[in-house]
Amino acid sequence: MPDPATQAHLRPLVEIVTQLPHYRALGLEVVDYAPGRATLRCDYRPELVGDPQTGVVHGGVVTTILDSVCGLACFLGLEEPQAIATLDLRIDYLKPAGKERPIFAVAELYRQTRSVAFLRGHAYQDDVEDAVAICVATFMIGSVGFNPGGDGGVQP
Amino acid sequence: MTLFDRIVELKAAGDPAGISALIPYTGFVGLGCELDAKGLFCRLASQPSNMGNTIIEAVHGGVVGALLEHTAVMQLLWDSDLERLPKIVNLSVDYLRPALCAHDLLARGWVVKQGRRVANVRVEAWQESPERPVAAAHAHFILG
Repeated sequence: MPDPATQAHLRPLVEIVTQLPHYRALGLEVVDYAPGRATLRCDYRPELVGDPQTGVVHGGVVTTILDSVCGLACFLGLEEPQAIATLDLRIDYLKPAGKERPIFAVAELYRQTRSVAFLRGHAYQDDVEDAVAICVATFMIGSVGFNPGGDGGVQP
Repeated sequence: MTLFDRIVELKAAGDPAGISALIPYTGFVGLGCELDAKGLFCRLASQPSNMGNTIIEAVHGGVVGALLEHTAVMQLLWDSDLERLPKIVNLSVDYLRPALCAHDLLARGWVVKQGRRVANVRVEAWQESPERPVAAAHAHFILG
């Protein structure tokens, strides 16, 4: 876990993110965090399986963990809290996640401009060096979100 | 009977919803597959537990990704007589507009190129109209 000063500063942001409905539905747990960096854990559950013959979880679960950890790392890297929105996310699935074991994911914000944050991350199981999937993602910072009267897009 | 044999059987019976329902995760997020005059499409049902942004009440981006991946696999199975389940190599998702949790999210895919060993599939997801996509993806799958 982070040192006490970091924890006091960032913990409220972590609390906001982990209360989001799909975070709770998946049972995502924040195991570590720092400015611009986060690690999540997702426990294996039968309802997350994508291939009932092998018991391997669905690729969508890995996608969701990676999108979540990149979003959290981005949120924790901003100098002041602002709305963020995923612009794009690219994932290489290196190997199937082994069944009945938790999946971890770590991400870091490695570059930030006024309106875009660049993140990279990976998912792993037993060994942080042995990735099951890797990703790069970009986020819009300070997006105003949905405007029903406008074009509905994400605004810089 | 193996899972793949069951899939082949359901495909022959024209039942993509049955194939989709074989996968436990589809029930968890509310993913289904249907046929219309234009062919196959997938549907992510509106459900509060899929929300990833409570400020604008949008579907979690990862679940949008799951819909796009599922649609790509289903389209590949539907278009081709494969000998095994395709394995995803990579997925690239562009998020174009917020996917609102209050409405179903629909997606249609098309196989851009299918070689002997690899296939490239594109997918677009929309809510109010296919002309206003909320997300688009391309993915590669290993077939052999």
